[in-house]
Amino acid sequence: MHTGPLPNLMKALGAALLSACRDLAPIVIVIALFQLLILRQPFPDLVSVLGGLALVIVGLALFVVGLDIGLFPLGEALAEEFARKGSLVWLLVFAFALGFGTTVAEPALIAVTREGARAAAEAGLIENLPAAVKRYALHVRLTVALSVGVAIVLGVLRILRGWSLPMIVVGGYVLVMVMTFFAPKEIVGLAYDLGGVTTSTVTVPLVTALGVGLARTIRGRNPLTDGFGLIALASLTPMIFVMVLGLFVH
Amino acid sequence: MELFLDPMKLLLATAKDVLPVLGLLVLFQMVVLKKPLPRPGRIIFGFCLVLVGMACFLGGLDLALFPVGRTMALQLAKGAQSGGREIWAAYGWIYLFAFLVGFSTTIAEPSLIAVANKAEEASYKAVSSLGLRIAVALGVAVGITLGTFRIVTGTPLYIYILAGYVVVAIQTYFAPRMIIPLAYDSGGVTTSTVTVPLVAALGLGLASNVPGRSPVLDGFGLIAFASLFPIISVLGYAQLVQWIVGRRNKKK
Repeated sequence: MHTGPLPNLMKALGAALLSACRDLAPIVIVIALFQLLILRQPFPDLVSVLGGLALVIVGLALFVVGLDIGLFPLGEALAEEFARKGSLVWLLVFAFALGFGTTVAEPALIAVTREGARAAAEAGLIENLPAAVKRYALHVRLTVALSVGVAIVLGVLRILRGWSLPMIVVGGYVLVMVMTFFAPKEIVGLAYDLGGVTTSTVTVPLVTALGVGLARTIRGRNPLTDGFGLIALASLTPMIFVMVLGLFVH
Repeated sequence: MELFLDPMKLLLATAKDVLPVLGLLVLFQMVVLKKPLPRPGRIIFGFCLVLVGMACFLGGLDLALFPVGRTMALQLAKGAQSGGREIWAAYGWIYLFAFLVGFSTTIAEPSLIAVANKAEEASYKAVSSLGLRIAVALGVAVGITLGTFRIVTGTPLYIYILAGYVVVAIQTYFAPRMIIPLAYDSGGVTTSTVTVPLVAALGLGLASNVPGRSPVLDGFGLIAFASLFPIISVLGYAQLVQWIVGRRNKKK
């Protein structure tokens, strides 16, 4: 760090701390109100609650500032470099690796697929043996990661070619509805939820930076109308892919 | 003692989340693009901030909000089971809780903050970051309230989702073009670190306490609601702004 950026960093951190307080105020108020007025109970451990709250505020501020100086510039620089180099194959390989790699190890996804596998075993969709349940959970997880990789590739192609997002998304919805009628009932709820689970706190900003960076660099594309939409595809494809998997397992 | 042990564990867990991403980026930057990192010190410092920030954030949530929120969700769900004359009052509190928790956790969601800031920047401030987040949070709030209503009444999930898709398709036809990709994205962004744990506790608590519901069939699906309704609310917000501006222009 040089001497120059340091005061800037302090200023950014101060502003981020203030907005973190503002962002967390609603949830603190809601929880406190319900605790004191409706359940009429004092907080079990006030010291750790207050300490935890301070941590949450500092953490949110650091995260937002860190994104601005680390993740966002790197994501956009990569996108610009790829666009300038004009190597479509490598860009698509990168897009797939980004989608697959950030999803496959996602803790929320691991937790939800484990629950889903247990539910499927209880419903008699698969054998109720630990090994079978584990294998099923892994298959669902790999399917979801694959689908997110495909989604990012499709989304990047859309930005490059200027395809219409509503056409793709509405088409995807129709596919989801068609699949809902054919897929086993037990997997539908899980598949719907998996669409929302896949996109993690690190992936979302990075994928957004990639999209906006690409749209900004390519002539004739608008960062707002073309740069967004990658996340939408990444939450759509897991539903379709997992229901297809459900068909095969069934 | 736990207080001192946990941060290290959390930092490690977050590192496992962040480092592969950083590795992937650096690999492509160095090997494929054959370019050195632009301002490497700054970028690595930024990644460290993200890492420490996420660890503090998650650790703090675990310490301050999640235990209280989870117990609350379970207690409210259990209250609904007691039945009798008070049953409607009990459900009323649950719906109110679902709405308020949906709204307030979404406002605090870090990835939504990041995307909203990016949208404000990419639209040259035509889209307001806070306005977008409030629209999304309202959508999540309505979605989760409807989702708890579905668990209580036991109606099939796909009917709601189908109806939601139809509304989105109609809105897409009429809404201003520039907002559509952002609105679609806001569906996937909303549900991560803060919202999911609290909402999942509420859903599973309800499904196991309301008579005749099974956690297996009814516990899932709340997150799907929380990802569908923000699309509707953001499109609606854009349509409202368009309508107001249009009326003002007509008057002139």
